[in-house]
Amino acid sequence: MTAATASPSSTSSTNSIEKRIELKAPVSRVWRALTDYREFGQWFQAKLEGPFVAGRVTKAQITHPGYEHVKLDMTVKEMQPERLFSYTWHPYAVDPNVDYSKETPTLVEFRLEKIATGTLLIVTESGFENIPAQRRAEALRSNDSGWAGQLKNIEKHVTQNA
Amino acid sequence: MSRKTLRPARVRRNYAPIFAALGDETRLGLVAKLSEGRPRSIAKLTEGTHLTRQAVTKHLRVLEGARIVSRVKAGRESLFELDPTPIRELREYVELVSQQWDHALSRLKAFVEE
Repeated sequence: MTAATASPSSTSSTNSIEKRIELKAPVSRVWRALTDYREFGQWFQAKLEGPFVAGRVTKAQITHPGYEHVKLDMTVKEMQPERLFSYTWHPYAVDPNVDYSKETPTLVEFRLEKIATGTLLIVTESGFENIPAQRRAEALRSNDSGWAGQLKNIEKHVTQNA
Repeated sequence: MSRKTLRPARVRRNYAPIFAALGDETRLGLVAKLSEGRPRSIAKLTEGTHLTRQAVTKHLRVLEGARIVSRVKAGRESLFELDPTPIRELREYVELVSQQWDHALSRLKAFVEE
């Protein structure tokens, strides 16, 4: 296994993110990991309350240490078997006293393509510009601490295991 | 108060106005022109576009508000120049969000390849 395939390649603009990663597993396996809510929860590190159904909301609670208070509402948009899974959510909805449901969420899309070695997965998250200005400011601020904390964890992990 | 206080100052900026300011093709075009590094007048920035001076002025004001662009005086004329810092910081911010996806996707990779 090379580093090149282990870490996703990405392009990002100011309002969207795109990731491409090659997975040595059949498309059907990747599809299941993405769309079976229990499996999704395992790798994403969240506890999901119910299955993904197009047009329905699945509630989730982050289980990643330090982020257990964060809840997510994922609204499934499209489920084209083994091709496209997409949902919207309100990223970084960290304040339990705020009703985020009226705001325009970001869109997350997982696209799957069969390749010789398994599956090419393309993930995009778009629409950061649609979050209302005030909320965006709050979200980005709280997000800052989240990501900064995450980076610290990684740094610690990497340096301790070097 | 248990708010985290360890946020590095570098990533502490409020990005909202920058996102808003850049969420417009005309303004992105102005930023692209200014990113050549030379301060430009409104007349110069209007040249070669289908925009009126007034429209350009309005867009420059939004960019100024987000501190992406600043005004410098050259004699009687106002020139506009790009401050690359907010855009660089915004990129760094999106990069942080992006890294979160990297972590999630490496967990997914381990999960499906095991």
